Amino acid sequence: MVFQYAFFQNAVIAGILAAIACGIIGSYVVVKRLVFISGGISHAAFGGIGLGLFLGYNPLFTAIIFSVISSSILGVISKKTYQREDTLIGAMWAIGMAFGIFMIYMTPGYVTDLSSYLFGNILTVSRIDIYTMIFLNAIIVLIIFIRYNEFLAFSFDEEFSEVANVPVMKTYIILLSLVALTVVVLVSVVGIILAMALLTLPAATASLFTNSLKKMIALSTLIGISYMLLGIGMSFLLNQPSGATIVLVSGTSYLGILSIKSLINK
Amino acid sequence: MKNEIIKIENLSFDYGDHRVLENINLNIYNDDFIGIIGPNGSGKSTLLKIILGLLTPTEGRVFLFNKSPKEGRKYVGYVPQYAHIDRNFPISVGQVVLSGRIGHTDFLRRYSKIDMDIAENAMKIMGISDLKNTQIGKLSGGQFQRTLIARALSTEPKLLLLDEPTANIDIQAETNFYDFLHKLSEKMAIVLVTHDTGAISSHVKTICCINKTLYYHGEKSISLDVFEKLYGCPVELIGHGIPHRVLKEHED
Repeated sequence: MVFQYAFFQNAVIAGILAAIACGIIGSYVVVKRLVFISGGISHAAFGGIGLGLFLGYNPLFTAIIFSVISSSILGVISKKTYQREDTLIGAMWAIGMAFGIFMIYMTPGYVTDLSSYLFGNILTVSRIDIYTMIFLNAIIVLIIFIRYNEFLAFSFDEEFSEVANVPVMKTYIILLSLVALTVVVLVSVVGIILAMALLTLPAATASLFTNSLKKMIALSTLIGISYMLLGIGMSFLLNQPSGATIVLVSGTSYLGILSIKSLINK
Repeated sequence: MKNEIIKIENLSFDYGDHRVLENINLNIYNDDFIGIIGPNGSGKSTLLKIILGLLTPTEGRVFLFNKSPKEGRKYVGYVPQYAHIDRNFPISVGQVVLSGRIGHTDFLRRYSKIDMDIAENAMKIMGISDLKNTQIGKLSGGQFQRTLIARALSTEPKLLLLDEPTANIDIQAETNFYDFLHKLSEKMAIVLVTHDTGAISSHVKTICCINKTLYYHGEKSISLDVFEKLYGCPVELIGHGIPHRVLKEHED
């Protein structure tokens, strides 16, 4: 049986860990409409991967630092300047990726697994990757758990929260940093480019069935796990790349459920 | 006792090179029920944001309860324009109202029994207790309006500040809404900001007209000249559905 192989076990564990991070943070991305800025953060994270490969460190570690810093900068400038926010995000998006490519071409020798960072390869997930993912998940769960009410008030009505003296800038930066950490969790599963799909699709599916943020988080985690397992299974059976298969499974499931639901509600 | 709760001195505000507010002086007291009116783009929303400490004035000073706006705003119950709020957000009426207590929670931001009681009471005052578990997207305009006021009330404010409160609600809900405000005005100061001159003038005690600068502040029976200056063209002073003429007739 395929389950006996360590690589397959790692793939399943990685898929579940990624689904947990996506279930929690993806819910905020969807309800707070952070989809575009999350796209910027995830693509900018490629700069961190390039830096890691160039310096000879584990690219996931450098991606953590790089993307948390870039998301914080993005958060501050998007709030503090009168510049159009989407223009800044677009710039960060491209600069981050370009920097990553630049660093990779500066790296001596041939970088073999470039495409696995871009599109993910869940079957090559290592033990260290798993531990990193557990650590990042723990941070995400802990912060959201202890500041749940603050994140809820902030996400629902930022202006009112500011008047109530909630430190909105700090909360926003923490939320964007958690998006950055989620992107890093997703790198080995679906890669930088496809990370957006898993940040949005499970949460968007869950939002069709619930009117409470807490239930949305729980439900989108479960839905995310189902998408992951289904995707991993299908990629193995069809011998297709895991990241793309997971995203296609998630996307078609979401669209399917959405159309069934709107037909019923008619 | 008449206490000054908002004091604005020589206030000006620029967005980049564009002067939005110019040399505004205004005092508002604890027993006031005042309507700040002005056309779209008159800077009244900017003024509101400055009072709330969301924007910093370019020139001049603002005091809220004798403190800086950032400190004084804890006594303010803010009711934002509700067009700015996403009605699809997965949150119930009860949770919205309880979130008014967020500024009073401990370092883990947990709500205490007292917070919950205060929120329950605010829902009772606004007559929305039976909607507690309803998601906000399923409310009528009037019900959602009352939810936002209940949230503001659960901050236990000394001043209620409302931004364009009657946009998007029907006449019946609007009349009820002003009845509510009348009752509330016995307990706290009320400032509401609107471009809707007709409806507001029959309900508030005083009005204040703004178009970049302060044109008028005082009794609501003001002359048409002032209004014309304010809006830059002749205006109809009577809102639809308001049975009596409040503002003075134009004298020929």
